[in-house]
Amino acid sequence: MITRRLIEAPDGRGWIFLAIVLVAAVLVPLLHLLLPPSSPFHVSTSVMTLWGKYLCFALLALSLDLVWGYCGILSLGHGAFFALGGYAMGMYLMRQIGTRGVYAHPTLPDFMVFLNWKELPWFWYGFDWFPYALLMVVLVPGVLAFVFGWFAFRSRVTGVYLSIITQALTYALMLGFFRNNFGFGGNNGLTDFKDILGFNIQSSQTRAALFALSAVALALGYVVARMVVQSKAGKVLIAIRDAESRTRFLGYRVENYKTYVFTLSACMAGIAGALYVPQVGIINPSEFAPANSIEMVIWVAVGGRSTLVGAALGAVIVNFAKSTFTTGMLAPYWLFALGALFVLVTIFLPKGILGLMPQRAEPAGPNGSPANGRVAQPAE
Amino acid sequence: MDTTVTNPHEVTQSLLYLDGVSVSFDGFRALNNLSLELAPGEMRAIIGPNGAGKTTMMDVITGKTRPDSGEVLFDKGSVDLTTKDEAAIAELGIGRKFQKPTVFENHTVEDNILLSLKDDRSVRGNLMWYANSGDSDRIGEILKTIGLTAHGKRLAGSLSHGQKQWLEIGMLIAQDPKLLLVDEPVAGMTDAESMTTADLLKDIAKDHTVIVVEHDMEFVRRLGVKVTVLHEGSVLAEGSIDEVSANERVVEVYLGR
Ligand SMILES: Nc1ncnc2c1ncn2[C@@H]1O[C@H](COP(=O)(O)OP(=O)(O)OP(=O)(O)O)[C@@H](O)[C@H]1O
Ligand SMILES: [Mg+2]
Repeated sequence: MITRRLIEAPDGRGWIFLAIVLVAAVLVPLLHLLLPPSSPFHVSTSVMTLWGKYLCFALLALSLDLVWGYCGILSLGHGAFFALGGYAMGMYLMRQIGTRGVYAHPTLPDFMVFLNWKELPWFWYGFDWFPYALLMVVLVPGVLAFVFGWFAFRSRVTGVYLSIITQALTYALMLGFFRNNFGFGGNNGLTDFKDILGFNIQSSQTRAALFALSAVALALGYVVARMVVQSKAGKVLIAIRDAESRTRFLGYRVENYKTYVFTLSACMAGIAGALYVPQVGIINPSEFAPANSIEMVIWVAVGGRSTLVGAALGAVIVNFAKSTFTTGMLAPYWLFALGALFVLVTIFLPKGILGLMPQRAEPAGPNGSPANGRVAQPAE
Repeated sequence: MDTTVTNPHEVTQSLLYLDGVSVSFDGFRALNNLSLELAPGEMRAIIGPNGAGKTTMMDVITGKTRPDSGEVLFDKGSVDLTTKDEAAIAELGIGRKFQKPTVFENHTVEDNILLSLKDDRSVRGNLMWYANSGDSDRIGEILKTIGLTAHGKRLAGSLSHGQKQWLEIGMLIAQDPKLLLVDEPVAGMTDAESMTTADLLKDIAKDHTVIVVEHDMEFVRRLGVKVTVLHEGSVLAEGSIDEVSANERVVEVYLGR
């Protein structure tokens, strides 16, 4: 039964998406490792790492689309879950440094020695053990989202108010993590990682493996999200998005559905963060910046809300544009360009870039009804 | 799960029992000491001028609005509805059709019915749910009843106003509730459509308890059931359609302002 579900989960374009991602998962590392740098098909470390980063962002965008596109929860704080997953991984990587730090302390990471701390704070316990760190990667964002959702959705906070509290959440975390006495390295964050599971984090092989893992995580995230939105519970989510109180009068506990999907999404975002950190080599409180979380919403809108594939595509396209833009002389204008992109897409491509591509009839997004070409009412 | 009231004063054998219910919005009394009883299996029509409090009464019964005072009891007085939220009340078996037709526009007609079918409402149950022939048969039957068989695969958002009204009635049938609250089911329908709808509701009333709110007198006459007239938040008159339309005070509130 479960296998049937799995196989039925992706639609036509979903299979194309999965194929591309999985081929990349194999091909890119091979082109990097096996071909000499002189070959025109060689993929350099920097390019592979950059695309590995995009894949993490794509998974993050996917998780945001799950709550925003399918349940109408416009989270403007998804960066927080991403960063928390990243910190959990960062803590593991810090503990792996061992005595190789500048101060060569047997147990304490450098920043703690610098702050004159005598012993490891309790919340760092266990992070030297990889499975525990992995558990925290999903558990910390998941529990935070669950508790947040429990209170917010039970008290029926919706719409703009909900978005504002999610912003406040990520902002508060940013302020906390900026403080030295919070115990996560203050504004420098966690960095100078040496190895992961005993493998040198800088080596070609490790980087190739991280890239492949990011691609696989994206593919799995897509399949999980599809299975959710294709299920009857997924139909309930869309019903909540479009007519929340109607759904309630049918007997559905809206708050439970929202808490569920919000928590699942936060776990996915945490995994994305955990894969991101070893590839970029640093995690610091700026990942919690409210502007980051807003940017994620733009990725999803640009790619095409409530399509999943579109969200992932949007993340890659916008970040590719950003990398290109911010390295040239146009760098100072990036934010304007991003704003303009958002406005243009909202006006001219309400269904995002994916809306430009032909598709088969599907449970429609909030902005249109592809089934018969009529324009449906926008969601409230 | 129910907080069962131990029936303190042997209240009632009624399915629905409202006593002395008042609701104020910013000092304005939308319901004023309203009392109403509905026997199991009964069908009742409720009429009244605009702003009489008909929709507010449904809001109180379905948990959307909390009354300031008064009792709202369900199922022979065993359940106090004022302590329940919307989802709990729906699960108890009270279904509602809204004055403004409200269907899930981005779902197909079939899926609208599917989501309404009496079934497990939990997240887990619905994640695990599999399409099954029992459900699709039931959906087929309901679509036939509401005359939308040909439109099953269409998005509900693309239906006409009258079709949406029917779909919403279909969603009510799918819930199979003990009590159906139907708010202005024929608004925006042609006369012929109204009459079809009246017959459909009468059919539903054979094995359900139903409250229908409507302005359309022809329609109410066609239902041929006891009529309650609401005015300024309380009951003005009760009786057959002929009795109430002969009632001077009813004529006065309908025509005299
Ligand atoms: N949420 C609310 N806040 C303030 N006033 C309200 C609210 N809901 C209803 N009212 C007022 O209460 C009164 C009764 O409204 P209600 O909708 O129950 O009337 P109705 O009998 O259904 O009328 P109609 O035939 O127009 O549907 C109206 O004057 C309305 O303006
Ligand atoms: Mg009304």
